[in-house]
Amino acid sequence: MAAEVRRSAEGLELTLTGEWGVREFDTLEAQLAAVDVQSAHLVRVDAQPLTKLDLAGAWALHQFIARARAAGAEVSFQGAAPEQLRLLDETLKEAEKGVEEGPPPPPPAPPHGRVMRLLIDLGVHALHVSRNLKQGLAFLGKASVTALFSAAHPKHLRPTSIARHVYDTGITALPIVSLIAFLISAIIAYMSARQLRGLGADIYVADLVTIGVLRELGVLLTSIIVAGRSGSAFAAELGSMKLNQEVDALIATGVDPFEVLVVPRIIGLTIALPLLTVVADLVGLTGGGVLCHFLLDMPFSQYIGRVNEAISDTTFWVGIIKAPVFALIIAAAGCYRGLQVRSSARELGRLVTVAVVQAIFFVILADALFAVLFMEMDI
Amino acid sequence: MDPVVQVQGLVNRFGTQVVHDGLDMQVMPDEVFGIVGGSGTGKSVLLRTILGLQRPQAGVVRIDGHDITQMTEAQLRIVKSHYGVSFQAGALYSGLTVKENIQLPMLEYLKLSERALDDLALLKICLVGLSPQAAGKYPSELSGGMVKRVALARALALDPSLLFLDEPTSGLDPIGAAAFDDLVLYLQRELKLTIVMITHDLDSIFRTCNRVGVIVDGRMISDTLEGIVDNPNPWIQEYFHGERARARVEALQHGA
Repeated sequence: MAAEVRRSAEGLELTLTGEWGVREFDTLEAQLAAVDVQSAHLVRVDAQPLTKLDLAGAWALHQFIARARAAGAEVSFQGAAPEQLRLLDETLKEAEKGVEEGPPPPPPAPPHGRVMRLLIDLGVHALHVSRNLKQGLAFLGKASVTALFSAAHPKHLRPTSIARHVYDTGITALPIVSLIAFLISAIIAYMSARQLRGLGADIYVADLVTIGVLRELGVLLTSIIVAGRSGSAFAAELGSMKLNQEVDALIATGVDPFEVLVVPRIIGLTIALPLLTVVADLVGLTGGGVLCHFLLDMPFSQYIGRVNEAISDTTFWVGIIKAPVFALIIAAAGCYRGLQVRSSARELGRLVTVAVVQAIFFVILADALFAVLFMEMDI
Repeated sequence: MDPVVQVQGLVNRFGTQVVHDGLDMQVMPDEVFGIVGGSGTGKSVLLRTILGLQRPQAGVVRIDGHDITQMTEAQLRIVKSHYGVSFQAGALYSGLTVKENIQLPMLEYLKLSERALDDLALLKICLVGLSPQAAGKYPSELSGGMVKRVALARALALDPSLLFLDEPTSGLDPIGAAAFDDLVLYLQRELKLTIVMITHDLDSIFRTCNRVGVIVDGRMISDTLEGIVDNPNPWIQEYFHGERARARVEALQHGA
């Protein structure tokens, strides 16, 4: 029992015992709330038996006293009032002063009708989209100008930094890209073998794998893996540099963050992704060959012959030409979103997600445009 | 009286680099204990060890008489709810508002109603001298001094009797730092806190600390403020009697 209540002729007598701390706050509050102060004229509080009274405990008592006073009772203490209550009163008084000095709260916005609200939402959204678009274009423009400037003045090209990004985004991605290329082309070979065998055309499995991997899957899968690996890394790296004021420090030193952060990443990835794609193509063709060998009993020599026949002059280049474009998209999305981080760790997480999702989306969109283009060009 | 924090024979080593080599430290109830030392002498490592963030190679760390170096994570968790920590850069959770920052320890350890959570958090905000309007702000919208105050309020969330402050006045202007020292002293007196603080700020040491521990060569030399300034150790002499410190030591001796 943390508070003993006795009713006497003139009112209430409260004896507080035990520990009144933040850990007991819940029970204390419930107990005090249960005390009926309506009929009491005098409330006498004896806080001396308390073994502990911290600020939360004092707050519970303060609330109770305020309630008793509001009900018209006179509150007094047996002996001196606890020190903590005085601290509380001082604190609250200070806070009230602060409130008076503060600016008045803004008036509430006048209510709108449903149609009006819809229009307002639409307008706000449109403005938001157009602002985003403008910022994105500004980023691309700035990045292009800086890249062209760096290309014209090789002193500004940061070869060490570019090499590091080629290594980070390219070389270290080799195992995962190879593994996935191998597995996917084996799966394609297997699926198409099952379909074509019914027609007695299983020799054409090699054609399917070749065209599929070289034209589409090699570059697309590699890009998606790289978007997940490096697009997110770019956004996270630049974002935490932004949070850590490292970007501000660069600007203050007179160093252009586009020159040292953005352009090396874009160039690095533009070098690494086509190379990765070549590896993915090679491993993919191998995967198809291995499956054909073991599942269809097609000798390697025959597989290679089919592959040779299926490949036209353009097959390989149609795939590989897309890689630098995809690299540009991934690197730009990562860097752009990373540099947008302003204040919090949560924003960093959100923008890294946005970077990866947008990179993949635009890669696939670009791939679709390429498909239309190549169809029109008849290659 | 038993010491609140007691460190005995602490050894911390990273590879071949010895940071602490048999360090002893004792903090008594109701005192403000300052930890001083040059850069790289292991002030932060000491704090991290006392907080249970890293385990020492040897030695005993007792908080309220319990040896935390031998504790399981679950036992440590209970000890951790009995002290508050304010980190050097504030370490406020950037995705939460000021109010939510202060409520986080309460939500973690206590069962409280929504209203009680709000009341107690606002009380803490007022207690550290911030206006209630600060409650809804995010850490990125706060000034350096406000961040320090919110960090202090969060450290006080569970009404602990022991407080660790890591460089509480670093990054504040002299007036702001003095105001913060006054606030710490005021809270120490009113809430009967025991405070352990790492600091570089000579003003802060002379204004707030009862006793000072200086880390020299992996060990700690601790004494009262008056005693430590007369210690013959060359680093301590340099620290307290260098150009920057002389005026303050003289003021201290005149006052005494």
